[in-house]
Amino acid sequence: MPLLALSGISKSFGTNVVLTDVSLAVEPGEVVAIIGRSGSGKSTLLRCINGLEVPDKGAIEFDGRPLDWSSKGLQQLRLNIGIVFQSFNLFPHLSVERNVTLGLTEVKRIDATSAKAIAHRVLKLVGLESKIAAYPQQLSGGQQQRVAIARALAMDPRLVLLDEITASLDPELVGEVIGVLDDLATNGMTMVLVTHEMGFAKKCADTVLFMHHGVVWEKGPPSRLFNMPTTKELETFLKAVV
Amino acid sequence: MDRTFGLGEFVFLLKAVPWTILLSLGAMLGGGVLGLIISVARIAPLSPIRWLATGYIEVFQGTPVLMQLFIIYYGLAVLVGVQVDAWIAVLVAFTLYAGAFLGDIWRGCLQAVPRQQWEAAASLSMSYLKQLRYVIVPQAARIAIAPTVGFLVQLIKSTSIAAIIGFVELTRAGQLMASATFQPMIVYPIVAGMYFLICRPLTSLASIFERRSHAATGTKWYF
Repeated sequence: MPLLALSGISKSFGTNVVLTDVSLAVEPGEVVAIIGRSGSGKSTLLRCINGLEVPDKGAIEFDGRPLDWSSKGLQQLRLNIGIVFQSFNLFPHLSVERNVTLGLTEVKRIDATSAKAIAHRVLKLVGLESKIAAYPQQLSGGQQQRVAIARALAMDPRLVLLDEITASLDPELVGEVIGVLDDLATNGMTMVLVTHEMGFAKKCADTVLFMHHGVVWEKGPPSRLFNMPTTKELETFLKAVV
Repeated sequence: MDRTFGLGEFVFLLKAVPWTILLSLGAMLGGGVLGLIISVARIAPLSPIRWLATGYIEVFQGTPVLMQLFIIYYGLAVLVGVQVDAWIAVLVAFTLYAGAFLGDIWRGCLQAVPRQQWEAAASLSMSYLKQLRYVIVPQAARIAIAPTVGFLVQLIKSTSIAAIIGFVELTRAGQLMASATFQPMIVYPIVAGMYFLICRPLTSLASIFERRSHAATGTKWYF
């Protein structure tokens, strides 16, 4: 049974159709990379998965159960689905440690000592244990993004969504974030990520989804999509980015 | 014999200062609590709650505080037959007035926190109230320091309106001394100076708070 199943997801903002009939199944431990041009609906699809956007049509199932769109239902869902944003969205008034422990103490009701221990563990995982007392503004973009990953991982989610998390980083900082993702993929973390890092998608993704104008044009293993694109759109896209 | 402005008159003015401070503090505290409720109600997900809060703000911002004071002081006596004590009337009037303004100021500060911060908090599975408490309000509070102090300074000066219904605070004491001594050009500058001395520390305190809160998060400020 897939951990996440989307079927026939459509979404419009006014007259702007962003997603049309998108379906996707994600198995436990699978890494799905969504690629496509800007404005192709990739981020909106990700936001629909954790309920930040409500699809106009279609169904989303997590762990075999249809999504409950009530606020309680969404809170329950978000305990299992972590998200990392392109612009980090760290809480600027809180230290790195508190950014990571906030959800643990206030949502999961874990005591402060255990929460700090978890924060140390996940920050070590992303190589930022030494920055535990720093504030987000005192970190580089790459470091902030790694804290954002640590914050999501601390909640022990079953699925992590990553929305173009290297897009706003300087090229020399991309490597440090990709390294963390690489480790997560190796350790069997289920991930759905929107990315422009074709190298990472090729190396770590089990499935690649190519979106164009809100529609899934191609879906399959990276070896097939990157080497033998069957549509003109993907071929053109790959020529432009690779 | 004409009475001249001397030490006794100065002490009389000085004795009125605590009433101005007490009235301002009472209105700040009451208005602060009310303002917080109003500001949160103004951005509530449920539209009837937003409408109620908007209506409250519009009524109290759209009418002079003097009229509000008259309605509470004289109106209640006429309508309900209860003669409200002047102190209670001014305190209630200024609390309601401050609540509307602070509610609107803080609403703006809450909305100034980027939407992505709400989303990040929601993505950690936080309820609406927890998002407010742990993520939005602390950030909005920093934005709110300067406009809140600006309003509080204005509120302190506005309490002089209480003199109209006979409540003896600093301005009323000044009026009494000016009438008694026929030396308004001595009395009123002194009264103005006293208001200045009450208000000035507030603005200094606001600067200190702002510097400290930004220093704590590593944000550099250049003054």
